[in-house]
Amino acid sequence: MAECHPVGFQWVMEAKARGATLVHVDPRFTRTSAVADVHVPLRAGSDIAFLGGIVRYVLEHERYFRDYVVAYTNAPLVVGEAFADTEDLDGLFSGFDAKTRTYDQQTWAYETAGPGGPARRDDTMQHPRCVLQILRRHFARYTPELVERVCGVPEELFLRVCETIARSSGPERTTAFAYAVGWTQHTVGVQYIRTAAILQLLLGNIGRPGGGILALRGHASIQGSTDIPTLFDLLPGYLPMPDAARHAGLDAYVEAGRARGGLWHGTRSYLVSLLKAWWGDAATADNDFCFDYLPRITGDHSTYPTVQAQVAGRCKGYFVVGENPAVGSADAKLQRLGMANLDWLVVRDFSLIESATWWKDGPEIETGELRTEDVATEVFFFPAAAHTEKDGSFTNTQRMLQWHHQAVEPPGDARSDLWFYYHLGRLVRERLAGSTDDMDRPVLELTWDYPTTGPHGEPSAEAVLAEVNGVGADGRPVDGPGQLRDDGSTTCGCWIYAGVYAGGVNQAARRTPGSDQDWVAAQWGWSWPGNRRILYNRASADPDGRPWSERKALVWWDEDRGRWTGHDVPDIDPTLAPHQHVPAADGAPARSGGDPFVMQRDGKGWLFAPTGLVDGPLPAHYEPQESPFANALYAQQRNPVRQVLRDPRSRYHPRPGEPGAAVFPYVVTTYRLTEHHTAGGMSRWQPYLAELQPEMFVEVSPALAAERGLEHLGWATVVTARNAVEARVLVTERMAPLRVQGRVVHQIGLPYHFGPNGYVRGDAANELAGLALDPNVHIQEVKAFTADIVPGRRPRGAALPALVESYRRRAGIDAGTGGER
Amino acid sequence: MARRTPLGWPVLRQAAGPDRTGRGAAARAEGREMPRARTATADAVVKSVCPYCAVGCGQDVYVQDGRVVQIEGDPGSPVSRGRLCPKGAASLQLTTGPARRSAVLYRAPHATSWRTLDLDTAMAMVADRVVRTRRETWSWQEEGRRVRRTMGIASLGGATLDNEENYLMKKLYTALGAVQIENQARI
Repeated sequence: MAECHPVGFQWVMEAKARGATLVHVDPRFTRTSAVADVHVPLRAGSDIAFLGGIVRYVLEHERYFRDYVVAYTNAPLVVGEAFADTEDLDGLFSGFDAKTRTYDQQTWAYETAGPGGPARRDDTMQHPRCVLQILRRHFARYTPELVERVCGVPEELFLRVCETIARSSGPERTTAFAYAVGWTQHTVGVQYIRTAAILQLLLGNIGRPGGGILALRGHASIQGSTDIPTLFDLLPGYLPMPDAARHAGLDAYVEAGRARGGLWHGTRSYLVSLLKAWWGDAATADNDFCFDYLPRITGDHSTYPTVQAQVAGRCKGYFVVGENPAVGSADAKLQRLGMANLDWLVVRDFSLIESATWWKDGPEIETGELRTEDVATEVFFFPAAAHTEKDGSFTNTQRMLQWHHQAVEPPGDARSDLWFYYHLGRLVRERLAGSTDDMDRPVLELTWDYPTTGPHGEPSAEAVLAEVNGVGADGRPVDGPGQLRDDGSTTCGCWIYAGVYAGGVNQAARRTPGSDQDWVAAQWGWSWPGNRRILYNRASADPDGRPWSERKALVWWDEDRGRWTGHDVPDIDPTLAPHQHVPAADGAPARSGGDPFVMQRDGKGWLFAPTGLVDGPLPAHYEPQESPFANALYAQQRNPVRQVLRDPRSRYHPRPGEPGAAVFPYVVTTYRLTEHHTAGGMSRWQPYLAELQPEMFVEVSPALAAERGLEHLGWATVVTARNAVEARVLVTERMAPLRVQGRVVHQIGLPYHFGPNGYVRGDAANELAGLALDPNVHIQEVKAFTADIVPGRRPRGAALPALVESYRRRAGIDAGTGGER
Repeated sequence: MARRTPLGWPVLRQAAGPDRTGRGAAARAEGREMPRARTATADAVVKSVCPYCAVGCGQDVYVQDGRVVQIEGDPGSPVSRGRLCPKGAASLQLTTGPARRSAVLYRAPHATSWRTLDLDTAMAMVADRVVRTRRETWSWQEEGRRVRRTMGIASLGGATLDNEENYLMKKLYTALGAVQIENQARI
């Protein structure tokens, strides 16, 4: 965090100054480790074993927050008899279909009093099939000894972490976990976060000040681009994109949405208001508010399958907007080969990034795999406007929208992306004008009349924000999603952002200085939903509505006023008394003043997830797609439902123990540097930053340097079955060798910012990574894979692919390698 | 810069001038009348937010004569309290540096170099290609189910953009029937 979110890290240091204990878990010793009380180097890819070990410690030593757990989690609920755990099936859960490699989740359901009835509960949590007891059995083998064997973390150090966390949780204290893509970029990434969620729920650290699981996101509005998603499977506000099989029409869509429970009960209002925002008067009750105008998805259309479709020639046009896949996406070569097979490519950026210039100076031109004259792709480069040259909002990693104001006009033909898409839409509509083809109606009937200003005809960002916020039946901006209706009388571009323009005021532009406010600072920017700063904060009070402790008071029930109040906006219906239960009626779901987790159908925090995840109701430690070690816990080596994309250009390494596995003996992990940003488009062209971190390097321990003959400041070549890269060698004790399963494992650290363009150059670490993905969210596993490292620079020209091919042959790699269950 | 002379030595100034004790004007270094800070002469200070990571540090953008002359941390921000990291502190170079392009470039099929295009021409060309590719790759049905889409047009990016920009992108792409819309959030 000190490296990648340095200014946010000041608050960690403030906490430390007040007595907090700071534990840093990372394969590398970084600037965070330097100021932490404890640094725990662990093997990349082993975090579920590590966190699972803490879960076991908390359960075995009865250190969980019992009152919180009984009242606010599903620990007392009883799971059906048909459920079988990884302990029973040696690494699989019940419902696994070996042929399709998917889970049928039916057996993960609760036991109910009758069909459709409420789940059976045992508040003593003694029932052998209640969630708490299932957890005990599931994690029983995640002992300190096992953690040491899998993660390479000595027992004594591990127990110190366990005790620190347990001691720092409870009514008087809270513990927070902060993570970044070190947890997500795995074939089990979602289950990493789940393990942390289980731990934090057991300790009572969710919904309380100083608690939580904090995603430290790496782009100015990566949260916003998830909320208002440029993502294939979502519509604004986490409404799913319609699926051709499951959402035949508006009613089916709404029914599936409501089944998610909680505030999803309002799915029809949210979606109809969105459709009204997009298609205006054309959207009527008679035509299901133009639901049919939404294209349907039929599977995984995320970026890696899309790149494969480009290579195959099916996907022909590509917009790349403020992103640099030729450096920043896994298997960078495949990214470029995909672009080389397009009809047309549009790149919008500040400078000539690698994704814009690969056709004339990319790595494949040098190796001869591509010849510029043969590449038929038309390439457009549009210069982009900077944040100082446009109005707009970013949503930061705390869900807070902050408005930035335009200071100057962009230079030359540089324009904002708002300008580009508004005018592109206008030009496309001009071209389709008069068409009677049904396929053109969604474009022609789209509401697309934003006011423009200034010398360039810049559309008004504030008008767009007002559309996102929504307009009520009275014609005024809505104050929140509660005012949205399902009859077409309201509009709203993103229901969770409803309220950001309440009262016709740009709430995201509020800037009351922090020094003039209390610690919550509610008058700076605006957080969704409804300016709540801590989600599920009902859990900061006990079942009677009183703070668990004065030290940790956040919101509470005010008996005199008959409403919830406190420092933060209560994340619950403000008039729903702590023990009040409103039964389901008139189509509205039951609501309880005792349930903090308002997005869940039962209002509880889920220790066990009976639905929602495709790879299991509980996290289990699986080895990464590529690992030097067999799974010490189960016969099942890897996540059985992980996504392994097949491509002749992108191969995988053999399993440990197979012939050829030893060809790639080292663990690689990738990371960021303080002085650079993602794939370098906003940092390798800045002289200050270039000077601070001038060259691609590879971090290795002195022991690995000795083993492989690597010299400090010399060159090394790192090789995988995908590609080979060269880097300057940094021999450092920051990369500590670890003892795992009785032998030493070396880890190699690679920053991923560099590429061939800009002031500072180097090979891209993503040349090395393969296309094994988490099955829930389709994120690639770049935080743990295997490689070889040898001294010296990589070969040039055709000798480079020949080197990679020689490694494939030595390791016996073919089309089937790595795809085994 | 003015040529230095021995007459400027502090000891001579102390001996010859009115400040005999050497605790005032005589002790002042030459050049004390520094050029004023760019922030002091700016016409306007515009409130902004750092464009790099997702911490969301507040920025004050100083503008003079229609140009950004300095970017500093906003001390009022309860997020950042006026601080910026090395990247945030380099925002002035990011926004005003010479590496920024200001003209549209076009590479024709099989061409070996760029040529410049004027913006309107380029926009019209892209609009033509969107219309053409969409029509060529349009699909009403997939395995017997209605899909109403094109799998011929994809998009990558959004995490570095504004919410309002992401909104127009998703809205336009969805109306066009393009579904392969992605950004850094899952990369």
